[in-house]
Amino acid sequence: MSKMVLILGASSDIAKAVARELAGQGFGLILAGRDMQELEKDGADFALRYSVPVTCCFLDITDFESHQDFWMALNVKPYGCVCAIGYMGVEEEIQKSQSEARRVIDTNLTGCMSVLDMMASHLELQGEGFIIGISSVAGDRGRASNYHYGAAKAGFTAYLSGLRNRFSLLGNNVKILTVKPGFVDTRMTRGMNLPAKLTAQPEQVARDVMRGLQKNKGVLYSLWVWRYIMLIIVHIPEFVFRKTKL
Amino acid sequence: MKTQKQQLTAWGRFPVVESERVLFSHYDELADGVSSSSELIAFGNGRSYGDSALSSVVAPMLCSNRFLGFDEASGVLTCEAGVLLSDIIKVFLPRGWFLKVTPGTKLITVGGAIACDIHGKNHHVEGCFSECVESFRMMLADGSVVECSRSENRELFLATCGGMGLTGIILQATLALKPVKSQNIRQTTIKTRNLKDTFEAFEAYSGQPYSVAWIDCLAKGKSLGRSILMVGDFADDGDINYVEKRSLSVPLDFPTFALNTLSVKAFNMLYYGKAKMGESQQTVGVDSFFYPLDALNNWNRIYGKAGFTQYQFILPKSVSYEGLSEILSAIAASGRGSFLAVLKLYGPANENYLSFPLEGYSLALDFKIEKGLFPLLDRLDSIVVRHGGRIYLTKDVRVSRETFEAGYPELGKFMSVRQSVDPKRKFASLQSKRLGL
Repeated sequence: MSKMVLILGASSDIAKAVARELAGQGFGLILAGRDMQELEKDGADFALRYSVPVTCCFLDITDFESHQDFWMALNVKPYGCVCAIGYMGVEEEIQKSQSEARRVIDTNLTGCMSVLDMMASHLELQGEGFIIGISSVAGDRGRASNYHYGAAKAGFTAYLSGLRNRFSLLGNNVKILTVKPGFVDTRMTRGMNLPAKLTAQPEQVARDVMRGLQKNKGVLYSLWVWRYIMLIIVHIPEFVFRKTKL
Repeated sequence: MKTQKQQLTAWGRFPVVESERVLFSHYDELADGVSSSSELIAFGNGRSYGDSALSSVVAPMLCSNRFLGFDEASGVLTCEAGVLLSDIIKVFLPRGWFLKVTPGTKLITVGGAIACDIHGKNHHVEGCFSECVESFRMMLADGSVVECSRSENRELFLATCGGMGLTGIILQATLALKPVKSQNIRQTTIKTRNLKDTFEAFEAYSGQPYSVAWIDCLAKGKSLGRSILMVGDFADDGDINYVEKRSLSVPLDFPTFALNTLSVKAFNMLYYGKAKMGESQQTVGVDSFFYPLDALNNWNRIYGKAGFTQYQFILPKSVSYEGLSEILSAIAASGRGSFLAVLKLYGPANENYLSFPLEGYSLALDFKIEKGLFPLLDRLDSIVVRHGGRIYLTKDVRVSRETFEAGYPELGKFMSVRQSVDPKRKFASLQSKRLGL
């Protein structure tokens, strides 16, 4: 009987790359997202390539009322969970639209927290397993170009940190991994002019994630150089930072 | 439509063009890209040798690479067009299935395999890649998606298999794999002294499903056409524990003087000399038998920065001996050599309008791009045309419209299909424009 991993935001490029790594290690997959047609095609591919069980479930993370039913409908409760849900939006538009702003916060933070809270309760009972949360370097410090997204990710990072603290104190075998990607070549960043040397491919991020999970790391930066870039950025004094255009 | 500019080239690394890639995750984004572009062509893994997949706008299909379904009983696989043949082998050979038709590299996409109607060492038995294709789905110039098979949209099927991407973009295909009992091939190697010997050997071993000859194209006089013929078939030892071998990489471009008459002559002498006289038997793995060159990534860098082209033509069987003798003499006289020269006996042509194979012998030679090469190839073209033969578009980068038209009698049928599905000639490549397609 394969251990199943719930992939939230399964259509995302990073989610698919991590799913491939997990399937390669024999984990079954529960793909949760909104585009069922695409998810079913992805699912067929994973099942054929890796000979693992795959199921697809509809999940709209901003539909809070549906979360309980979604969780109850899972026949097999997952051993682990990858949360790769993300929505960046366009900062100028978010500033003018309350609904866009709420969408960014609900998609990246409160929606994820709602489902992950259910996963966490289950993990406490199970005594082992993992949650991999894909946060972002954008959460390390808010900057003018995407601070709504940054705020949500900052919240998400703090949430995962708290979860990690909770499970470490409980002394069981639950791993909580915070992943902070820098620039990654995905649908989210398509069309942006990102510096090639600092931009990771989803496959690289996925390999880093698997290594991080195996070594029970807490916070992982991908590419690793971003840890040091952010260390510097976070320590720039406010009177200087407020004038930068990052 | 989101695009990304880049320098684009194919396997011969000549020419290099600036191109825009259409970025898409869903087919409606691709349809958007198709309608917003005045011209574009699908681009797979860039293993065609010339300019058949080069255009000012390309639709990169590698990202569309999912397996969609597999019937364990019949071996019928449905997959997206960006799946590489190497993926199929990696996943299905350990389950006892192999490709019915495979070319000399497994690093090509299913879409590319159909668009070029590729063939392999077993053409005389299994025909081209399209023989194993039951159906495919493609996007036309107006963004609509249609199914094609021998019974549905038949003319479009016959035009698209070998149609070099000029009828539309193949999105997914359903193909039949063949059951195999082993990942090993029992190979017989026969060393021949001249072209007559080589032809006799091909006929003598035509019962073997796989056969191909490496030919020393610089040998002259009595040794003209001396070759090493390799024939074989799958073993039945039950060993299907296939694990893909790691490959080496050529780390840099060799200087252009590295490959010259002397070095190629030396290589040919050693390679021919190494093989045992007469006949010998070996058991080799699928990667060594089918894909020896894939073991060396970027082997095209050996030809240097200027790049290279592969000249591949085919002649009808009745005139092959005389035509090949004339061509081999012309090449040996020019001193321009290729250490990769492949000779093969093919079976009859299929019904596809622009498919390359016909019943006869084909020779494929790599030539470094340098001054004086194209005039030589033009001279070889006239010998090919005089003997009723034709050039393989998948390898070509310079053939003239006249030579091309002389070789493909079904061109008219192809053009009328193209006219009906793509009247504005939206799907176009540098090659198609050169050939007036």
